[in-house]
Amino acid sequence: MKIKFWGVRGSIPTPGPNTVKYGGNTTCIEIRTNDNDLIILDAGTGIHALAQTLLKEMPIQAHIFITHTHWDHIQGLPFFIPIFIPNNQIKIYGGIDPVTNETINRALSVQLQYSFFPIREAQLNARIEYATVKPGEPVKVGSATITPIVLSHPVLNFGYRIDCDGQSVFFTGDYEPQLNIYDPEDDEYTEFQSFVDAKWDEVVLAMKDVDALIVDSSYTNEEYASKQGWGHGTYDSGIKLATAAKAKKLFFTHHEPTRSDASLEAIYQNLLQNNPATGFELLLAQEGVDISL
Amino acid sequence: MPNSKNEKLIVLVEKMPAFPKSVQQIVQLTSDINASAKDIVRVIECDPIMTVKILKAINSSFYGLPQKITSVQRAVVHIGLNTIKNIALGVAAMGMLSANNKANFNTSNFLLHSLTTAAISKLLAERIGLSSTECSDCFVAGLLHDFGKVVFAEFMPDEFKLALEKSQEQQLPLHQTELEFIGINHSQAGKILAEKWELSDPLIDAIAHHHDIDHNQNVLRDCVFAANQISKHMQFGNGGNPLIEAFPESIVIRFGANLSAMCDDLGDLESIKIEAQSFINV
Ligand SMILES: [Zn+2]
Ligand SMILES: [Zn+2]
Repeated sequence: MKIKFWGVRGSIPTPGPNTVKYGGNTTCIEIRTNDNDLIILDAGTGIHALAQTLLKEMPIQAHIFITHTHWDHIQGLPFFIPIFIPNNQIKIYGGIDPVTNETINRALSVQLQYSFFPIREAQLNARIEYATVKPGEPVKVGSATITPIVLSHPVLNFGYRIDCDGQSVFFTGDYEPQLNIYDPEDDEYTEFQSFVDAKWDEVVLAMKDVDALIVDSSYTNEEYASKQGWGHGTYDSGIKLATAAKAKKLFFTHHEPTRSDASLEAIYQNLLQNNPATGFELLLAQEGVDISL
Repeated sequence: MPNSKNEKLIVLVEKMPAFPKSVQQIVQLTSDINASAKDIVRVIECDPIMTVKILKAINSSFYGLPQKITSVQRAVVHIGLNTIKNIALGVAAMGMLSANNKANFNTSNFLLHSLTTAAISKLLAERIGLSSTECSDCFVAGLLHDFGKVVFAEFMPDEFKLALEKSQEQQLPLHQTELEFIGINHSQAGKILAEKWELSDPLIDAIAHHHDIDHNQNVLRDCVFAANQISKHMQFGNGGNPLIEAFPESIVIRFGANLSAMCDDLGDLESIKIEAQSFINV
């Protein structure tokens, strides 16, 4: 299996001299199976550059798994050029939102409206299919098996585990591990903690022994203190997950938009120093780099 | 009641509004960016309608959860507070349950009955040493046991009014007169809805059988049954049923006491009533 990051930034694209090295596009990850089946995780702005490389392979079959419908994870969909070209087959997977009861097709249709985009949904020439995925129910793409799990975020968010040819990757999408909402002196504290612990075990099991764990690590601990409940993880929460799951490589992604290459690297050096013996490799997700597992 | 009528009821209940104070508080808390998570959860878990709508959304087979979620707190841990908050806000947008329904059914007294039954049910669960999860499930079962009644008051007020009146005048069990005038009683209606909404089996069973205790073993239902009688005995609120049922043998064995011994043993439950009232009065 091969992985390539096309977007590593959280919330909003951040082009400019300070993000040249790690990249300023929002979330998009390309995964290729050994048979070259194409799986795309999220359709942030990074998907546009990915699309350029696909033009020479057409017609293509792409399987796009959306973790959640926040803007930074879907805004590249109308710019995924293969959707305009006949004979391409594009299948978009996602969950049903329990608040709106909307399926994943809305992620595209909502953008293709007169006020927001010049082309109508009916004018897309590729064959586009939508599939609703359910937590714990595996989906097959070629020799790959993709299994979603619900991970807490301000909107329904799926983490996806991809198992293929004896290798595995897990991507959290945007994920803030749930904290106890009660104070230790509250009656509800212990019980709520038992729910938190049970969910944690479920999450760790879903990412158990993966070759690559890709986590939302938007914040440092200091930043997180004022950003609890915003729906994002920290570098340390990522390390904690990777340790518990015995992952082999840990990729930090969803870089905070104001984070420059220099500050990312400073944080990274600190992490290496403070975590000398994790038993897994710590890596910053970087646009355009080929990763073989 | 014919099946088509059941189907109609299921559709109507989709638009069922919640209780006034919780609607007001949810609107207020969700427009305050600094509102605390526990305050929001507290409002939702004290409103039977909001609770049931969240359990319905989260247990829907669309999500295919391997294990049913029975409490609002677990739902929050599973999917995150914001989604739960927005489901509650969706319920709030349907308006408020009116205090003056055509059935003359007092919804504040009903809510007080439901909330105190919930709290006592949890208390009983703790006394017999159930796990903390089971204790919170007992609260939810107590809160939801009678929600069929508020559905009747809202959508079948004329028939329900007759049932309430006859029950009162002739001192008959309400579930019996409901059967006569509506063709179905509130526990049966609750069961149909709970099944449709794919709630957990013990919860469905507790709602369905809180008036016929001979049914199979279910500790949730036993706690709700006992709490229901204790709440009525203490005259906390009013669910419209004038009769208090004695503890049958299985309940006496389960809790080691009959109704009056149990009430003596529990002592002063006034604090439960006062806390419940704080969620009711607008
Ligand atoms: Zn994001
Ligand atoms: Zn997000």
